[in-house]
Amino acid sequence: MLNRTLFPLAGLEGMRREMNRLLGNALLETPFTQAYPPINLWETDDALIAEAELPGLTMDNVELLVMGDALTLKGRRIAADHSGANVHRSERATGEFVRSLTLPLAVNPDAVEATLKDGILTVRMPKSAEARPRKIQVKGL
Amino acid sequence: MNATNHTCDARSAAAVPTRAAPAYLPPVDIFETPDEICLAAEVPGARAADIDIQFENGQLTLRAAISPRRVDGARCVACEYGIGDFVRRFELGDQIDPNNISAELVHGVLTVHLPKAAAIKPRKIEVKGA
Repeated sequence: MLNRTLFPLAGLEGMRREMNRLLGNALLETPFTQAYPPINLWETDDALIAEAELPGLTMDNVELLVMGDALTLKGRRIAADHSGANVHRSERATGEFVRSLTLPLAVNPDAVEATLKDGILTVRMPKSAEARPRKIQVKGL
Repeated sequence: MNATNHTCDARSAAAVPTRAAPAYLPPVDIFETPDEICLAAEVPGARAADIDIQFENGQLTLRAAISPRRVDGARCVACEYGIGDFVRRFELGDQIDPNNISAELVHGVLTVHLPKAAAIKPRKIEVKGA
């Protein structure tokens, strides 16, 4: 009671805090939207390997840019022509996409190799000479 | 951003547990023409030999067995999607001619043609003038 009379806004502050708590939790529980396409990135001793699922696409529909430590993947998923047909379900997404990824280290853009087979894009990016691990010989004195 | 977060994509949430490995629901387009029902499912990574299509009691089951793609000696830096079999079932009823189902696989997209049974195909009725 004392609280209410002397600090009329104290109740509001409590309410604000409560709202933040509720909304904050709700936001945390909302599943984040996945960027397209999802990419799996692997690292070996001498290269980074990126892999993405691009079903229905060929290299004609995909553009790949590698610069320093950035990989950009552009493409277009063309909608199949269903004119004259009744569409019951349309779950496959269509349209253009762009995805950029910062690589954990610099790669050699001239030596990048990409293949697209059975809807799987594999990009092999050899590490730049500076980024390769070097074994240091320890000399005994 | 750690690797564990990256694996929680929307697809694995919808994954159906089978055997030891998870299976994934492939996105599907279904469209119908006067002669057939056509179904296109995304099964990236599958080859024709990996596909198993069964039609039984009006239920169509698509299964694409995907073998793990792992580079020897590589470690995962960011894994945003899981790799596993694609499985999906459809109820078709008795409108389909089960003997003439055909399928093709092009660039990781499986297209299944389900021709309609002759009994339910639309027929144009000629009206005779008396």
